[in-house]
Parts: sequence; structure tokens; C-alpha cells
Amino acid sequence: MPIFSYLAIPRSGAKESLCAELSALEYCRVIPAENHEVVVLVTEAPDETSEEALQGKLKKLQGLQSLSLAFGYDEKLGRK
Amino acid sequence: MKLDRRRFILSAAAGSAVATAGALFPGISFADWPKITGNSGVVSWQKAPCRFCGTGCGVLVGVVEGRAVAVKGDPNCSVNKGLCCMKGYHSVQALYGADRLTKAKIRKNGEMVEVPIAEALDLVAAKLKETRDKHGKNSVAIYGSGQWTIPDGYVASKLFKGCLGTNNVEANARLCMSSAVTGFMTTFGIDEPMGCYEDIDNANVFITWGNNMAEMHPVLFSRMLANRKRRTNVKIIDFATRTTRTSAAADKSILFKPQTDLAVANAICHEIIANDWVNWNFVGEHVSFHKGKTNIGYGTEDNFAFTDQDEAIGFEDYKKFLADYSPEKVEKISGVSAKDIKYMAALYGDPALKVTSFWCMGMNQHTRGTWINNLVYNIHLLVGKISTPGNSPFSLTGQPSACGTVREVGTLTHALPHGTVTDEHDRKMAAEIWGVPVENIDPKPTYHTVEMFRALDRGEIKFMWIQVTNPMVTLPNLKRYRNGAKKEGHFLVVSDVYPTPTTDVADVILPAAMWIEKEGLYGNSERRTQHFGQIVNPPGEAMSDTWQIIEVARRLGFEKQFPWSPENYIEKIWEEYRRFHAGPKHEMASYQVLSERSGVQWPFVNGKETRWRFNPKYDPACTNGKAFDFYGKKDNRAWIWARPYEPAAESPDSDYPFWLNTGRVIEHWHTGTMTRRIPVLHNAMPSSYVELNPEDAADLGVVNGEKVKIISRRGEVTIPAQINGRGVPPRGMVFVPFFDESYLINEVTLDAFCPISKQPDYKKCAVRLEKA
Ligand code: SF4
Repeated sequence: MPIFSYLAIPRSGAKESLCAELSALEYCRVIPAENHEVVVLVTEAPDETSEEALQGKLKKLQGLQSLSLAFGYDEKLGRK
Repeated sequence: MKLDRRRFILSAAAGSAVATAGALFPGISFADWPKITGNSGVVSWQKAPCRFCGTGCGVLVGVVEGRAVAVKGDPNCSVNKGLCCMKGYHSVQALYGADRLTKAKIRKNGEMVEVPIAEALDLVAAKLKETRDKHGKNSVAIYGSGQWTIPDGYVASKLFKGCLGTNNVEANARLCMSSAVTGFMTTFGIDEPMGCYEDIDNANVFITWGNNMAEMHPVLFSRMLANRKRRTNVKIIDFATRTTRTSAAADKSILFKPQTDLAVANAICHEIIANDWVNWNFVGEHVSFHKGKTNIGYGTEDNFAFTDQDEAIGFEDYKKFLADYSPEKVEKISGVSAKDIKYMAALYGDPALKVTSFWCMGMNQHTRGTWINNLVYNIHLLVGKISTPGNSPFSLTGQPSACGTVREVGTLTHALPHGTVTDEHDRKMAAEIWGVPVENIDPKPTYHTVEMFRALDRGEIKFMWIQVTNPMVTLPNLKRYRNGAKKEGHFLVVSDVYPTPTTDVADVILPAAMWIEKEGLYGNSERRTQHFGQIVNPPGEAMSDTWQIIEVARRLGFEKQFPWSPENYIEKIWEEYRRFHAGPKHEMASYQVLSERSGVQWPFVNGKETRWRFNPKYDPACTNGKAFDFYGKKDNRAWIWARPYEPAAESPDSDYPFWLNTGRVIEHWHTGTMTRRIPVLHNAMPSSYVELNPEDAADLGVVNGEKVKIISRRGEVTIPAQINGRGVPPRGMVFVPFFDESYLINEVTLDAFCPISKQPDYKKCAVRLEKA
């Protein structure tokens, strides 16, 4: 049951539309910054297959400039 | 996963991202954050210091059903005020790697086989005794770490120095901060910074001397950035040999050629004097001038010995010495323009500006490490910018207890918990507190770290116990020392939490309890002692390093010196140890106080922490009635040293035309044995690389990701190229992080060291490159 959080940086002027795009995706929660062009994204896919599908969708988002991972939790801890 | 626990982890995930954003964008706010972070109510939170760097952030560890599941910054800890970096947030995951060592192993007929830990400890004690009886007291050694807790280091020193009578006690902090110690001792006569992290909230100018704080001390760097954002008159100057994330965030980045920081520091002093920016009152009252030996060598030969000799000089002699270091002359040596040297001198010289200088490995891992520490102090002393809020020459440490365990407990060959083995008074004090005859404590230091591993290679040391460190990745000129460790006739004991290249060469592996699986204390960069309780149970038969040593000591017949019980041994050890530091210069807080607070700064006198030493407004040890009291030196003054520029031990030439520089990255702690087992950190930085200047890469015909062979006179490594990544070296230099045991860059580095501190220089040797 993977849980990840990211800092999502929108393309210039696309913060609102990025928030809308992210909120429309399953397993995504969005926390936009009030005073910066930055969005915190928390994902909680139920299993690895859904996680992979979600990753694919995130990569295709129009309004997204970059996504950097901030936190990851996976039941399968300890992979080296 | 239970619903509550899931909600809890969601909140940790959101908190981590919000904190990361806070570090990158000071002042950022998220109104919706609290909606996702409601407390689940099933989590218990307990305080601890983070174990992943010398900053010493306070963390709160969240435990669910006996398992540490999350971390948040401790808002009560003044170090980080609730913030952490990515290593801190993910730190608890390092406890749960799939290949944790949970059972002891011993080598039988060439194979490592699991045995009960008691049997392994029996063998360790028997071999130690047999070796000592047969080959003498200096044939046995212990090598520890700045990640040892204070009790770990204390019992190691007590057993080896006090009971077994050998000064063969060293720690990996020799490789990271011994130049800082000798810098303090030669300039101030007493170790550890006079300032504290509150300097960051008071300084107008920060100058980072070869110190990539954005990656290595990210929480302190964020505090600097937040101050720059909040206050209008704050500047950050990055003075370095390569361009890094710190340079990118700085107001000005100034690059110098490796080793020439010595010349530039002298040029800054030249300029301060030439412009009459000297604080004459301060210098007249509180400073004396000295010079030492020159052409002091590099220690690359076995049994190298050096003793410095100081000679008092006058201000005019010092001024004459600086005549060789005009900004124009130094521009030619250093590649730093005279204009930039004058700019830095003007910042230090402006009486209206408070200046804090930060440094860490760039200045310490340096064949003239003691000297460059002295020279930066010279600058601050000439202008009197020291020991007041915001005016601070600040030597940072890399490891969580390099200060607490190695410097304060004295787990180095020459040191004792108070003072040195060479001093009769200090030996008597140790013998009395330890309950051993004073004759037990040998007045002669033996081997510093590099020489200790040379002695292992030469066969003089036949038994070595290694705890909490991974020298088979970190020693410079590694091939020699690995081959030495593998030789017949040695007995190596390694206590660790995961298999490493060092456990690979062990005869006995002892599974260690890690961090919050045991009670302990660390000491951070700003003289802060930090207690933590046991929060979760260690796996299998894993045992604290302290208790492993106690078990062996008792098997050797030292029950009287190690009488404690498992229930309260840490408290008892702490209360015994702090007797060494009684008095206003180094008084430590009681166990009771430490266990209640998120760290306490020493000297802790009459219930009060000391923020700035040598300043009577803050420091109760000042007694001379003047504005400052540099009580470490007999003349009650801080010493300005005339130290020249001397070249590196090995510089690029026509055969080996590149500098090799090595270091760390933000994601990984040291050799990566813990952080590479944390999925997020491992995925963010899965393997090491060589940073190349884009023009050098083009000349070589390599693009990002292609392999490059790095060859020195000692070894070679083939490693993927990174071009225009997070760091960019100048032409003629490459940089390689050392966290990845698949690319042993220390097979390439040189085991030259500062003759005074004996700390090796991992930042400079000569290599050539080939496209692989
Ligand atoms: S800055 Fe250092 S002490 Fe603070 S959280 Fe990061 S690794 Fe831990």
C-alpha cells in the first residue's frame, strides 16, 4: 500500500489547472501553496499496479513542469 | 494496515513534503495542510536527535505497535525548530532493512556461521586476551566512530586505555574533524566552537569556506535562507572549489583553485591591515602572534612523525609575513580575482556587519587543515568578530557525535575524557575516576587512524575491533588497507547493523542495536548534548555497542570497572563520565536534565546553558574582568598564526592532469549502508557518478551516463559521468560521491594527511580520465 508525497512545480501560470488535473486523478490529494507556485501532492494507491498506472498518468499531465519526491512509504521496506 | 496508521502515514507524507517546500521556498504556506494531518491517536511520539549528521536536529519518532513508522521535526529543539531534511524524515526506515544483522557470526573454516551472541563475545574476549598476552598491549586496538554514542566511546576508552593500557583507540572522526580540533587547540587552547546556531539569526554575512551546506547541513542552510528572506541586510557568499547547490543559492559564488584557500585567507588579512580595518582594541587586549614550522610534509610514508614548535612574534613580523599575500599576488596562485579578495576582506572589515564563517570537510580534509583553520580564525580575530551573536568562525561537524563522543570523550590515541595521555594530571584524574592504577595509562600516544591501519598492514596490530563505521570503504588509498586487513594472522571484530565491505573481512560480526533501539547520548556541532531513550526493541540478538564492550570487559576480569546493570547503565556511565568535565569551562548537565530536554549546551552552569564562550556576558568561565577572556591559552589570548601557503601533496601534472575531489550528497549518509536501504533515498540517488565539467566531457567525448575510467597512481574506478548535474566542477577537476560501495573511489584517493591533525585530504589528488 504505497504512500508517497511530492513537490509538484506547475508550468508557468498553470498552478490552478494543475491542481484541477491532479485532483481529478484517483488516489491523489492536493495541497496548493498559498503564496508560491508549488503544490504538495500526496498519493495513496492501494497496490503496486495502481501505483504504476498513476505514475504513468502523472507523467502525462500538461500543467506539470516537475515532480520531486519528498516522502515514500511502502510495506516492502528494506529493499536495498 | 489499520485505518489509523494509514492516516498517520498520510500525515507524515504531507508533513515531509511541506517541510521540504519550506526548506526550498522560505516563507511558503499551505492553508489546507492541517486537513490531512489530523493525529490518528494511536501513535506515541518520543524525542531523539537525528542520527544522520552533526547538525543534531531534534526529531520526534512516531511508534505504532512497537514499530517506528514516522518522524517529524521536534518543535522544542532549538536546532531545527520542527524542520528536518529528507534524511531525517526517512531515518526510521533505516531500522528495517531486510538484511539487518540480527545474529552474531564467527568465521569457521573460512565460512561465517551464526552463533549465539554470548559465544561470539566469549571468542572476542579470548582472542583479545591471547593477542595481548602473546604480542603485547599495543597489538590490540579499537576503532570507533563519530556515530558512537557518548557511552559507547566512553567504555571503549575506559577498557582500552584504562584497563588494557593501550592508547590504540581511534575513531573515524579523525577522518572528518581532527583538523578542526587542532585548529581550536592551537588558536584557543580549548576545543569546540565558541558560538552556536543562533549566530545564524544574527549575522549579516555568511561565508561558506568549501562547505556545501545546502546538501550537507540542509537545515542550517534553510535557516540562513529564511534569515535572508526575513531580514534585508543578509548575504551569503560561497567560497568553494566547485559550483554546487550552495553556490546556486548564494548571493555570490567565488571559486578558488584547490589548496589556495591558505593564500586567500592570508590575502584577506593583508587587505584588512592595508585598509586599517583592524580592531586595535581587541587585538591589543586579546590576541598574541605566533609562527610555527614550515615545509611540514604530507605523511605519505609509514611512521611519519611531526611536532610543531611555536615561536612568539610581534604584529610587525606578522605584517611582514603577509607581504607575500597581496590580493594581486594571490590572484595568480588562487585564480580568485584581486577584486573578489578585496570584496571578501571588505565584508570582514566593515565594522557595521556581523560575519559568520562556516566550514566543514573542505577545510578539515586538507593536508594543511590545521593551518587553514588557524587562518580563518586570524581573519575574525584581526577584526574582533568573534564570540558575540552573529560574529562567529564556525566549524561544523559531519557526524552526530563527532563532538560528543570523539572530541569530548577523547576517543583518539592522544586523548582522555579530560585532557591528554601525555599530561600527568590528566592521567591521574582518569585513573582515579576509572578505578585503575595510574601506571595503567600509557603516557605515549600510539597510532592515529591512518597509521593504525598501516600498523595492521605491517602486522604490528593483530587484533582490531571496529564499531559503527565502515573503513573498508572510507580509508584513503583503500587497496593497501583492505589487503592489509585480509592478511593472515589478524583477528578482526566488526560490530554493525548491516553487512558491509568491512564485515566482509571480519572474523567475528556482532549485530548492533541501532540509534533508538538503545538508550544513548550524542553531542552536536554547537556543544549540545542530546539524550535519547530506547524507543523500539533491537531485532534478534542485536546489542548496543556499549553493552558489547561491557560484556567483553567483564570476561577479561574488569567487573569492578564495569559494574552496571542493563536497566540503568547509560545513566550510571553518564554520571561517571561527567565528573571529568566538572567546572565552569565544560560542566555538563545531569542525566535527569538531559533526559527531559531536547538537548542542552555545555558549559551548563547553575542551570544555564552557555551560548557564546569567551564572552563574560554569556560565559561563566570568564574571570579576567575584560570584554573577552580567551582562557584556553596560558597568556589568556587567542593566537594569530603566520601560516604560509604550501601546495597539496599531489597536484595535477602531465600524466595525471585532473584534480579528484570526493564528498557526499544530500540523500546519503556516509557509505550509504543505512540510507541506501531506505527506498525513497535509494531511488532518489541510486548510484554514484563522476561530475565532469561540460568542456572536459566534450574533450573526452562522453555524454551524461557514459562510463569514465578515473585512474590515479594507486588505483582506478569506472563510473558513469554526470554533466551539468547538481554540482559542476571547474575545468580540470572531477568530483565523486563516496556513498556507493560499487564504486570504491577511495581506491583512487591518496593517504596524505595534515602533519598536525593527522587528518587525510580526501579533496585533492591527481588523476587522469579515459572514456571507458
Ligand atoms: S540536517 Fe542532519 S540532523 Fe537535521 S534532519 Fe537532516 S540529516 Fe538529520
